[in-house]
Amino acid sequence: MALYSEKVMDHFRNPRNLGVIEDADGIGEVGNTKCGDIMKMYLKIENDIIVDVKFETFGCASAIASSSMATELIKGKPISEALTLTNQAVAEALDGLPAHKLHCSVLAEEAIKSALVDYYEKNGIAYDKELFAKKAVCCHE
Amino acid sequence: MKVYLDNAATTRTKEKVIETMIPYFREVYGNPSSLHSAGQRANEALTEARASVAKNLGADTNEIYFTSGGSESDNQALRSAAEIGKRTGKKHIISTAFEHHAILHTLKRLQKEGFEITLLDVHENGIVRTDELEKAIRPDTCLVTVMYANNEIGTVQPIAEIGAICREKGVLFHTDAVQAAGHIFIDVKKQNIDMLSLSAHKFGGPKGVGVLYVKKGVPLTPLIEGGAQEKGKRAGTENLPSIMGMAEALREACAGMESNSVYVGRLRDKLIEGLSVIPHSVLNGDRVNRLPGNVSFCFEGIEGESLLLLLDDKGVQASSGSACTSGSLDPSHVLLAIGRVHDVAHGSLRLTLSEETTEEEIDYTIEAVKDTVDYLRSISPVWRDLINGKREFIL
Repeated sequence: MALYSEKVMDHFRNPRNLGVIEDADGIGEVGNTKCGDIMKMYLKIENDIIVDVKFETFGCASAIASSSMATELIKGKPISEALTLTNQAVAEALDGLPAHKLHCSVLAEEAIKSALVDYYEKNGIAYDKELFAKKAVCCHE
Repeated sequence: MKVYLDNAATTRTKEKVIETMIPYFREVYGNPSSLHSAGQRANEALTEARASVAKNLGADTNEIYFTSGGSESDNQALRSAAEIGKRTGKKHIISTAFEHHAILHTLKRLQKEGFEITLLDVHENGIVRTDELEKAIRPDTCLVTVMYANNEIGTVQPIAEIGAICREKGVLFHTDAVQAAGHIFIDVKKQNIDMLSLSAHKFGGPKGVGVLYVKKGVPLTPLIEGGAQEKGKRAGTENLPSIMGMAEALREACAGMESNSVYVGRLRDKLIEGLSVIPHSVLNGDRVNRLPGNVSFCFEGIEGESLLLLLDDKGVQASSGSACTSGSLDPSHVLLAIGRVHDVAHGSLRLTLSEETTEEEIDYTIEAVKDTVDYLRSISPVWRDLINGKREFIL
């Protein structure tokens, strides 16, 4: 069996929503180079709807695929829905990830949340910090 | 274009080797331990193979033990030296930080059993310094084990000098020559090597077979108990077809070594030159003292597994010491041992050539690597920060 599902390879080879939003409303960056994974998410938000999302990723195939899939899952969705996105949902949408790559899907979830926190803080919007408790799993933290 | 550049992982079995092996399935299928003529024919073949392997290593026939490969040979060499150490009250072993895991994991086990291990620094060029080795040798040192050439970065160690030092100090010397055998000069007598491991599939032979050379007079400890094969030091019916294939592969590799190393070395140099133009990249390991077929680079701002998989899509089959390719979260211990920091070690690429590699393949590979590194940098937030001055370049 191949290391990755067809879906992971598809999103890795043809990442969706790749790039930068110059006038983004929220930007989130998670991971570190020591671990070998960094994800950066850019959100464009209008009336509590994520109207556009782009990403850049430094990392392995599953990190790139996880970011790509996560952007697809939240694009056009209300913030409230994006907040419920879990790493499991990202991994499932990719038809699974190898056990030692699951942290990539966690990073994707956290990158989105980090971008939303940035949006809240830039706009002085109060938010429940509990919802954004870090659960990642980087190798050297 | 399909380009196989992972010859340090394994090589294609040579046609002549396969042809050599076939009669030992179809016709000479006797058990070398059997007394009837079919068994004796097999036994004669086994002796011929042993003599041929010995000749190509500068050893005597009775110093060659057939094993299942490099890992088994390494394990048995270290275990045997440790047994001698236990008997003589010497429980200190010297090795290097960038050995193969067959060595490092065995050493870790021996450490738990009460041995003290000193790992020599391999410095940024990936080569041990003999003065540091000399200083590390103690009265209770029972073994020095230093690989002949490194599997990831291809650096060749000063084996003859190490052998001379160990001989002078009366310390056993083992070398893991898995990457060297069949590719560069080996003469166990001239180089004062007491034990040497090799694996057939690294030089055009079949997988699952190897050699442990042990100098006459050094007592071996069996890992596998059973019959009296290999003078009682390695039980189990000999894998005759593979042993015959290995002997042929080694003969062929040694016969062609001079011309192959010139040819492969020239392509290696072309590949190194071609990849060196990629900005913020570095060649891993000494430029000169390296295997003819090894090219190892780190590229800043990208991750090796992505590079590897995209190159595979382009037909170039390579390897990486990145954490993501290993199943662990840490990048290669070899790259860390030569001082590459994690950030950079994650972006590593190893390309290993053979005499079957062509110039066209090298030209194609240079372009494929350049394009892929460019693409991965274009989607990397790390690269963006580096070029925007928000993060400092390491390379």
